[in-house]
This record gives sequence, C-alpha cells and structure tokens, in this order.
Amino acid sequence: MWHLWATLGWNDILQRYRRSLLGPFWLTASMAIMVVALGVVYAELFKMPIDEFLPFLCVGLLIWTFLSSFLTEGGGLFTSAESYIKQIRLPFTVYVLRSTWSKLVIFAHNFVIYFGVLLYFQIWPGPVMLLAIPGLFFIVLNGALATLFIGMLSARFRDIPQLINSVVQIVFFVTPIFWKPELLKSRSYIADLNPFYHLIEIVRAPLLGTTPSMKNYAAVLLITIINLGVGGAFFIRFRSRISYWV
Amino acid sequence: MQIAGNTFTDEALLELEKVSISFPIYHGGSRSLKKSLLFRGSGGQLASDANQRITVEALRDVSLSFRAGDRVALVGSNGAGKTTLLRAMAGIYEPVAGVVRTRGRISPMFDISLGIDGEVNGYDNIRLRGLILGLTSQEIEEQMPSIVAFTELGDYLDIPVRTYSSGMMTRLTFAIATCFAPEILLMDEWIVAGDAGFLSKAQHRIESFVESANVLVLASHSPDICKRWCNKAVWMDKGQVRATGTVDEMIDAYTVDKAL
Repeated sequence: MWHLWATLGWNDILQRYRRSLLGPFWLTASMAIMVVALGVVYAELFKMPIDEFLPFLCVGLLIWTFLSSFLTEGGGLFTSAESYIKQIRLPFTVYVLRSTWSKLVIFAHNFVIYFGVLLYFQIWPGPVMLLAIPGLFFIVLNGALATLFIGMLSARFRDIPQLINSVVQIVFFVTPIFWKPELLKSRSYIADLNPFYHLIEIVRAPLLGTTPSMKNYAAVLLITIINLGVGGAFFIRFRSRISYWV
Repeated sequence: MQIAGNTFTDEALLELEKVSISFPIYHGGSRSLKKSLLFRGSGGQLASDANQRITVEALRDVSLSFRAGDRVALVGSNGAGKTTLLRAMAGIYEPVAGVVRTRGRISPMFDISLGIDGEVNGYDNIRLRGLILGLTSQEIEEQMPSIVAFTELGDYLDIPVRTYSSGMMTRLTFAIATCFAPEILLMDEWIVAGDAGFLSKAQHRIESFVESANVLVLASHSPDICKRWCNKAVWMDKGQVRATGTVDEMIDAYTVDKAL
C-alpha cells in the first residue's frame, strides 16, 4: 500500500509545480526571503544580535510552516478526494499518508535554508541536533492525527476549514516563533499553555544546539495521548460515514 | 476483501442481507422543502431521521445473494437505487442497517478514468491506476507489455497524458481497466470504447474480461446489453427490490410496466 500513497503524494507535488522553473523551490525561495526580511527587522526591534535571532526565527518558521500546513490543508483531506472515495474502497489512511508524505517532501525542500543559515553564521549545534529527529517524529504523528480529525470534521461541517484558517493565523502570533519566550517574563504561561510552543521547541532547541526541557517533552507526550485518544475514537466511530459526508 | 461476518449461505460470493442505506441531506433542513419534495418523483423516498434531518432512503431492506457464474443485470428507472446498490456492494457505502458479505476481490468499474493524472506520462498512469486497483508493483510490471501493446500508443506513452486526444485517452484508460482478472465485477453502464478501428478490438477484450469474472453485476438502461451479457436480473424500484428472475422475464416485465 505504501507505493500507492507515496505515488499519489509525489504526484500532488508535481502537479502543483509542473512546468515552473524552480518547482517546489519557489517555496524555499519565498521562505528564505521572509526569514531574512523578518530576521533583520525584528532583530533590530527586539535589540537582539542578529546571529542569535535570525537562526532562531529561521528554525521556528520552518517548523511552524510544516506544522500549520497539517491544520490548514487538513480540511480538504477527504473533500478533495471525493472522486476516489465514491468510486473505490481504499483505506482512509491512504489519504492521510498521501498528504503527510507530500508535506514532508516540501518540508525537506525548505530545510535547505537551515543549512544556509548555519553556514552563513558559522554555527554548529553539535550532536544534540540529532534529538530533532524524534521531535520531528512527534510532529508528524500529531500532524497526521490532526489532519485526519480535521479532514473528517470538515467533510461533515464545511465551515471548519475557514474557522481553522483564522485560528491558525492568530496562533502564529501568540506562539514564540518570531519572538523569544524569555520576553514573556512573569507571563510565561502564555507559552507554557500553548501546545504549539512545545511541539516547535522539541525540534527547534536541538537544531539550535540546546536540549529541550523535560517540560517540553512531557507536554508533547500529553498532546500526543489526547490526539490519539480523541482522533482515534472519532475515526473509529465515524469512519463509515465519511463516504456519505463527502 | 471482506466487509462483515463469515457466515455464507451455500456458496454465495456476494450477499446482501436486509441492507438499507439512507443519505442525509445536510443542506436542505427546511420543513417546507421537505414537504414539497416528499414522495415526489421516481427516486428514493424522503424521510427524516431521529435528528429531524431530511434523509433520502436510497435502499430499503435489500436482500440478494449471488453465486459463482451469476451474471446479474440491475434494471430500474433513474433514481431506483442501482448505483447506490453497486456502491454498497463495492463497500463504498457502509449500510445503515443490514450487512454486505463478499468473498473474492471486488472490482468496481464505475469510472474507468479515475486516478488518471494529466501531468504524468502514460506509463506512470498505468502504474498509478494499477496501484489504485490493488495490484502490486510486480504484477503491474508483468502486465505492462501487454497493456502497452494493446493501447497502440507507442511513443506517446512517454509524454504527459494531458496532451492526448480523447480517443487516445480512451484507449489508455480502457487498456488499464481491463488488464487484470476481476473476481466480482461491478459495472455501472457498459463500457464503450473509442473509434471504429479500436472498437472491435476493444469489444473482444471486454468480452473476455467480463467472462473471466466469477460474478458480474451490471446496471444498464439498455435491454440489449442486459440480455446479451446477463442471465439473471434484479428489478429495482424506489430503493427496493421489486422482483428478481431471469433476465428475459425481468426486462419484459419492466418494459411493460414502463409503458403503462
């Protein structure tokens, strides 16, 4: 079965960038420009050394873009596959894996920027960066569960994708991505209560050469359990209704 | 693929037991709409479920059983539930009540162009389509030469299929759709393929394709096609089985009824 979702996911990417010169590197290019522009401006605003702020912003944005695409694109997971769902019985996981795979491929394209930043600022995080791999695993797992849940919910209630788009935009500003969590001082609960902060931190910290805190890991574990429980229960209960909803 | 249970009566390969399917209509909540539509038209019955949502009862209490060698025609007017019945057999719609039991690979042939991606070339489309039908990569590669030969598309298979003419596209989809051995074959209308030159060749291929199936269920509005390919028939009317019997009996009864 992996052959099918891998092919479908790959074709999704090809379809989007077919016949454009840069292909998926368009995303990389626009992301790179955003990192540099925001990095220079906000380093100045926050009065922070650029060689500290820009790598932080870069990694944060990369992970956030990856993570938030699960939420914003989840709405179309089943509705856009209507022709498949109504013609042939395939396991619904095929659709989840297909979209997860294409998001991972795009993330890999964007990730090139990280190495560019490392080179430019002459930073080397050391072996601790390997901790980013299990972190990424948790992001993918939670992302896939979230798309499944959102995909089902959106198939039934067509307002959900709009709602999520506006919520995601707000979450971007309240999550420590282009500002450092230390700036919160006495109101650190703003970051601590934000699940996205912990998910981002378990990948961002290793990539910047520090170990994520136990608090981060505990929070991610809790998020994963809730996600598995709620998403799993919802899927088991309503799986058979998906083809009626789309 | 098995949908539920393990208890087969005799050697039934495909069995439906008191299957009911109803579609909720999420956009039509108003009562006046419900009143104005209720019991109109030839289609399924409108009703409302426990949550006061309007639902269309597409199938009601359908019990059928088919064994190896059965060639079944589904006849009935538009909206009688033929397509829904086929989709229930294919496991696409899980019944609201009742069970569908199947033994053997289900091969639905509803839309033979499903999964065709205009941006990739002919070969990759053959592979993709094969994967959707549940073939392994190895099986697909084994079938590849015969599919390629049948399409007669030659070098065109190397370029994206969006550049194909509709006739070329038909050749490709038809060749892929008929390249594997079906077990329980479900067809919504007979497949017609392409230009005159290709037609006789296609005709030959579809004949051997259909003959290789253990069970054929074919929904068609053409009495000739039903009589030619089927030995049994199920007459669907307003989501219910009105009668079953030999194909000749059913077609005659249905034609008489329609003329009244």
